[in-house]
Amino acid sequence: MKIFRTHALVCSGAQCLSAGGNNFKDALSAEINSAGLQDEVQIVETGCMGSCEMGPMMVVYPEGTVYIKLVPSDAAEIVKEHFLKGRPVKRLMWNASGKEFPTLSEIPFFAKQTKLVLRNCGIINPENIEEYIANDGYLALGKVLTSMKPQEVVDEIKKSGLRGRGGAGFLTGLKWGYVASQQSGDKYVICNADEGDPGAYMDRSVLESDPHTLLEGMIIAGYAVGAIKGYIYVRAEYPLAVKRVALALKHARAFGLLGSNILNSGFSFDIAIRMGAGAFVCGEETALINSIEGKRGEPRKKPPYPSTAGLFDKPTLINNVETFANVPVIIHKGAQFFKKIGTATSPGTKVFSLAGKVNTTGLIEVPLGITLREIVFDIGGGIPEGHSFKGALIGGPSGGVVPAEHLDIAIDYESLDSIGTIMGSGGLIIMDETSCMVDIAKFFLKFTVEESCGKCTPCREGTPQMLKILQRITSGEGMPGDIENLERTGRIISRTSLCGLGQSASNPVLSTIRFFKNEYESHINEKKCPSSVCDMKPKAMENKNGKKIRVRKIA
Amino acid sequence: MKTDKKMPQVDMILRREGLSRDSLIQVLHAVQEDMGYLPKDVLVYISSKMNIPLSVIHGVVTFYNFFKTAKDAEHVIMVCMGTACYVKNAAGVLKAIEEYLGIKAGEVTKDGKYSLRMVRCLGACGMAPVISVDGKDVYGRLTPEKVIEVLQKYK
Repeated sequence: MKIFRTHALVCSGAQCLSAGGNNFKDALSAEINSAGLQDEVQIVETGCMGSCEMGPMMVVYPEGTVYIKLVPSDAAEIVKEHFLKGRPVKRLMWNASGKEFPTLSEIPFFAKQTKLVLRNCGIINPENIEEYIANDGYLALGKVLTSMKPQEVVDEIKKSGLRGRGGAGFLTGLKWGYVASQQSGDKYVICNADEGDPGAYMDRSVLESDPHTLLEGMIIAGYAVGAIKGYIYVRAEYPLAVKRVALALKHARAFGLLGSNILNSGFSFDIAIRMGAGAFVCGEETALINSIEGKRGEPRKKPPYPSTAGLFDKPTLINNVETFANVPVIIHKGAQFFKKIGTATSPGTKVFSLAGKVNTTGLIEVPLGITLREIVFDIGGGIPEGHSFKGALIGGPSGGVVPAEHLDIAIDYESLDSIGTIMGSGGLIIMDETSCMVDIAKFFLKFTVEESCGKCTPCREGTPQMLKILQRITSGEGMPGDIENLERTGRIISRTSLCGLGQSASNPVLSTIRFFKNEYESHINEKKCPSSVCDMKPKAMENKNGKKIRVRKIA
Repeated sequence: MKTDKKMPQVDMILRREGLSRDSLIQVLHAVQEDMGYLPKDVLVYISSKMNIPLSVIHGVVTFYNFFKTAKDAEHVIMVCMGTACYVKNAAGVLKAIEEYLGIKAGEVTKDGKYSLRMVRCLGACGMAPVISVDGKDVYGRLTPEKVIEVLQKYK
């Protein structure tokens, strides 16, 4: 093995790449060669480092210097000053107050994070299985296959208290137990990587930055429940993720970690990739199963649950990417270690994609139980341009809003539930006073209306009715009674819809009414949008012949 | 529907993906990657080879946003309308493009050069608002002014 004196970790996560990361890397590599340092400095292309706002990023070890927002013309200066003369280029470094040469752990954005799921992201090269193995990768799989019975694996996951990270927070160990107890020769494991929540990219980062941790988690799950085959259902919109997972599968097979007779244990398990095709509803587990079977992605009636009759009507375990990524850590370090992080009922960490009106956006992993204030102001660095915090959208189109008066709420499943929102898959979007809550509710509802698959009536017919009312309110045509109408329709839709999409479709509306009713009222009564977002002039509409008509008021 | 035409390109995909019912979506993906869209005669061909009724294939193709049954414009401009982009004025960016190209979202310019689409989250929320051109080039941290500069690169 070749020894280098300096390692330059260049982020090649999708966002840094699209900000020009590749051009910088090529320039850096050329400069290193022309300075004759190719045997002393190694460039490592890593996955996402998290602070996407600052991309393209590079961390130089052993010093731990953090460079941000790099452009190709910076390469020469870094090589000449830093690599040759040992003087880090201050101009390009992350500016952290009080520290002259801050390392990652001294930068507030990283200091409050606890990385379990993202432990390798931004540290190893995701396209190199040996780097994963060198960081304790596949140790957990080895432990499971050589020293644990399947039931012991299920028990360990149960003991850890891990809850599904896809949104609902169902106990993972319990789910594994259901599938394991089914008497059937063919069982399947599915990884739900159909990350459709607009404004969230946690799964994408794991798939692109550390695909092997997902594979390891899935293989362990396969062993625990007695499955023969696994599927990763991933969005077609993530081509880089598909490419890296496919490569990881190939490497794992070549290393005897996947396929028949894994690690000579007698256990055989293989994994295939199935690409989604742009349908949000396919994130719902039974719709996803239909889609893997090559059908329209419409949800199925439950029961039977996938754990008894799922893919090809066989018992099927279906978990989210982040859930699987937690498994190797729990097995390797033990359930006790895992339980020490987070709260009693919500142990462990959660990955969020922090975006919107916050200074440092990016991908963060925090221990559950952390307050929203810590996330927004310590990690995210507060609200930009002197604006103030108005609310945080959590859980995407199925979630709700956390207003400023609940800034100190603990981020765990129960606390969020108590104010009418959900943990969701990890979208966390911060808004300042320039965002209109009625407009946001309309935005989400428009999304659900478009993505409703049309199978069940409440969701197909009910959500457009709610959208109509919201459109009326935001164009200055709101009427007394609209709020009550929204609430009533919303409740009916959530009680009667077939799947999770419809059941949670009205959450953003109900939640914004709950905390920002005054905004709805001023839209309706005073015909004013307090944030000046909505165009409140009633519009004349055109009929088929192009003649202007006034919209008739509905009594 | 039966067809006598031979389509060696499609045959190759069918051999690779298999003829079982659950391969259908993978086959459609591969064909679209090859041809840019899903022409009707190809769907008829797949139907006869895989022994799946054309109506069922049509149902699948039209269910998913990703599949296209008509040829695309030369440059496809996708404006991300994910939540993060939305709160950072993606609507303003979209409006600027609409005015620049003289078309609305979902339409194609008369010369067939540009098509404009709204999409759900490109997963680049840290750089919101973003657009993607031709499915590969992603531009972030845009403003209504900056996006026009970007578009001028695509002639």
